[in-house]
Amino acid sequence: MPRYTLTINGKTQSVDAEADTPLLWVLRDELGLVGTKFGCGIAMCGACTVHLGGVALRSCSLPVAAVGNQAVTTIEGLADDGELHPLQETWIEQDVPQCGYCQAGQIMSAAALLASNPAPTDDDIDVAMAGNYCRCGTYNRIRSAIHSAAERMTASYYDATAKQTEQQA
Amino acid sequence: MSTQAQHSRRGFLKLTAVASGGLCLSYALPTQAQQVTTDIEFSELNAFVQIDPDGRVTIYSANAEMGQGIKTALPMIIAEELGVAWDDVTVKQSPIDSQRFGAIGAGGSTTVPRTWNQMRTMGASAREMLISAGALVMEVPPEELRAQDSKIIHTSGRYRTFAQLASIAAEQDVPDPETLRFKNRENYTLIGSPVSGVDNYSIVTGSALFGIDTRVPDMLYASYSKCPAIGGTVKGANIDELKKLPGVVDAFIVRGNGNPRELLDGVAIVGTSTHAVFKAKQSLRATWDETNASKDSWSDMVTQANEMANAGPSEARFTKGDVESQFADPQNTVHSAFFEYPFIAHFTLEPMNCTAHYKAGVDGGQDTLEVWLPHQIPERSHAPLKSIFGLEPEQVTLNQMRLGGSFGRRVYAEFVCEATEISKRMGQPVKLTWTREDDTRHDFYRVGGFQSVKAALNPDGQLVAFDFHHIGMQNDGKPVMGSGVRDTEFPLQNIDNGRVSDDWFEIGTPAGPWRAPFSNVNAFVTQSFLAEMAHLGGRDYAEFLLEILGERRWFEEGNIRSLNTGRAADVINRVVKEANWGKTMPAGKGQGLSFYFCHAAHVAEVAEVTVSADKAIRVDKVTVAVDVGPIINLSGAMNQVEGSIVDGLSAMKGQKITMEGGRIQQSNLHDYPVLRMPDSPVVEIHFVESEFDPTGLGEPALPPLAPAVANAIFAATGERVRKMPLIDEGYT
Repeated sequence: MPRYTLTINGKTQSVDAEADTPLLWVLRDELGLVGTKFGCGIAMCGACTVHLGGVALRSCSLPVAAVGNQAVTTIEGLADDGELHPLQETWIEQDVPQCGYCQAGQIMSAAALLASNPAPTDDDIDVAMAGNYCRCGTYNRIRSAIHSAAERMTASYYDATAKQTEQQA
Repeated sequence: MSTQAQHSRRGFLKLTAVASGGLCLSYALPTQAQQVTTDIEFSELNAFVQIDPDGRVTIYSANAEMGQGIKTALPMIIAEELGVAWDDVTVKQSPIDSQRFGAIGAGGSTTVPRTWNQMRTMGASAREMLISAGALVMEVPPEELRAQDSKIIHTSGRYRTFAQLASIAAEQDVPDPETLRFKNRENYTLIGSPVSGVDNYSIVTGSALFGIDTRVPDMLYASYSKCPAIGGTVKGANIDELKKLPGVVDAFIVRGNGNPRELLDGVAIVGTSTHAVFKAKQSLRATWDETNASKDSWSDMVTQANEMANAGPSEARFTKGDVESQFADPQNTVHSAFFEYPFIAHFTLEPMNCTAHYKAGVDGGQDTLEVWLPHQIPERSHAPLKSIFGLEPEQVTLNQMRLGGSFGRRVYAEFVCEATEISKRMGQPVKLTWTREDDTRHDFYRVGGFQSVKAALNPDGQLVAFDFHHIGMQNDGKPVMGSGVRDTEFPLQNIDNGRVSDDWFEIGTPAGPWRAPFSNVNAFVTQSFLAEMAHLGGRDYAEFLLEILGERRWFEEGNIRSLNTGRAADVINRVVKEANWGKTMPAGKGQGLSFYFCHAAHVAEVAEVTVSADKAIRVDKVTVAVDVGPIINLSGAMNQVEGSIVDGLSAMKGQKITMEGGRIQQSNLHDYPVLRMPDSPVVEIHFVESEFDPTGLGEPALPPLAPAVANAIFAATGERVRKMPLIDEGYT
């Protein structure tokens, strides 16, 4: 069985796995990172969404052999040293989850969206999130929580920039 | 606190339990083992409430959390009566122990009405014990004390914190429930406010919570494959070949008992990872004996049902007045229509799974079983575990896990028995995970069916007769869950002439409860057809409904499951006002109204749709008026309504399970379309918080959705929708 060295949530880890093992099962069964969920196994529900090199993709359909040396981020690694990502904060504040099973995937898709589009419109959000199924129907709250997180991130970016400018002056 | 004091207090609890009759389970004692091992690091005021020395208040939630929000709502009820600040509360899932926590289970939107008094009693009795402690410590009469913000406060303003009083409170007598006084609704500070779910932090950070996340030492992984024609048995399989596959530890045939709710025959593959057993499953070559398997064919049922509807019913099951003379009266307007609704799957996003650890008894000791299960009613597993494995409940430890959705799916024990059998054979803990395809093809489906309905209007356009010819499904001569029209189906109670007749198909496909069973199809038929009748009579549908409801009355006073026409009229009037019912709509757009009563809830909805020339449909907005009494968690309640709208629309629009030769023909999202974010409507919710006790909200907002949309499509296009799903009618 080949050995793979993966960078997951900033940590380097080695696993022995068959080359065709989906990253999802390496995360869940080999590494105990069970926050990433199994839903459909055919990349159509989005419950297994992780970031690979910052891009959201479905880990149920990505063989571990294809990961290479790209950094993997899972829901467990989204918070920065214990400080929640703004999406995680707005998700809690707006009480988005119902059963909660799809929400890790939803948040990972949303985080990738905000990284590339800091001020998405409703349509941008709908397009980016259409691959994430929510069986409980929390879509409207997800959309709202993404907007709120986007505003928060933009505001903190301007705050940081203003502070920097002040210090330089 | 001394162990002695603990025992005597519990002795009193036991007396209370016996004296309080029907509530006794709620007050029942901890088991002997817990008494012995309890090391007093906290002050336990009753089974549901304990207070740590630092003031942290732990409230236990006993029932299954599947997204319906009771793990937050029920502790809120306790916290309200207790007078604890919500920020000081930690909610924990209780052990599965109905001796201690009362009957454990969630389903049928019953948890809130069933536990409302129990939760208030738990909160209020703990509060009174703290007040007694406060009276002792502050040397004041208890009547001069109140509980608020985690403090016992004297009228003078002096106070002691719960933390200061907890250990003394635990030594106070448990009050007689009869003497407890609950807060008046106008004094609530927590109930009715929006509170974020107690597990949300864990959910958004990916902590292990769900059944499928269970990991125990030395655990193996398993898949289980059953006959594709449901109920068939295994003749043989390429076991030796399977055993040689990478990561496979073992493979074997399991003999079941023929009951799909317990254990069906199948092939187990056990391995070192989920991937190994899922992949090996693709190499399974099994031969099946289908003698006793389902032979169901949906296309045959559709053909036959149409013939049966045309032939008319064989015999009436329920009659009231004389529908035939109303239909024969030439003055009356008589109309009939045929409705069809398909089987649908639950499709919980977390597939069925269970982790089991069967341990053979050593040195003549008994065998034991520990199970980690996501289940609505976990203790239902005991009966099949006893009949199949000979395990008494005391040999079994059940661990309740969070459910990744359920909607009525996880109420039987088949995945528990499968995991148990595999673990027993392996002598090791095993996590069984169903593939999505297994899950879609071995469900207990929302049963499909057909109804031919007929009604008459008198010359004044008033409804005078309603006749149901229900063509439903039965197993072994008994109607299946979800198939049937009750004698109290609206509008039968409200008019003088009514009739219900049944014809049945004997089916082999298992059926089970699916969010608002019966109601989720009967609402579609009755509320669509009554709107047709109103239109034929030139009547406004809201006015027509209010006329049928008639004077304000409660058909069975005191029975929350009985229609209250006053509450019904109030939600209809409310939704009419809030949705601006009857407003002028542009071409291609329409409004549709519906009302339904089920699960003790009165709900009215107005849908607004846009339909393009090529039948592309968009539900733009749904306005909802609900009366379930007072709302406990405003945020959770809105989530339930919004989720029900999306769920109802998702099912109505695209979902359909069909079977041929007993084989389910759909398997995954590529052939079972679900509603996605771009199609999610705006949902506007209005709660009519009547003075009645609160009732559940997991289901009742769903049934009115389909007829509201169907009626809106008619308003937009002039075309009636009498069949679900919409995509079969050419809509996209």
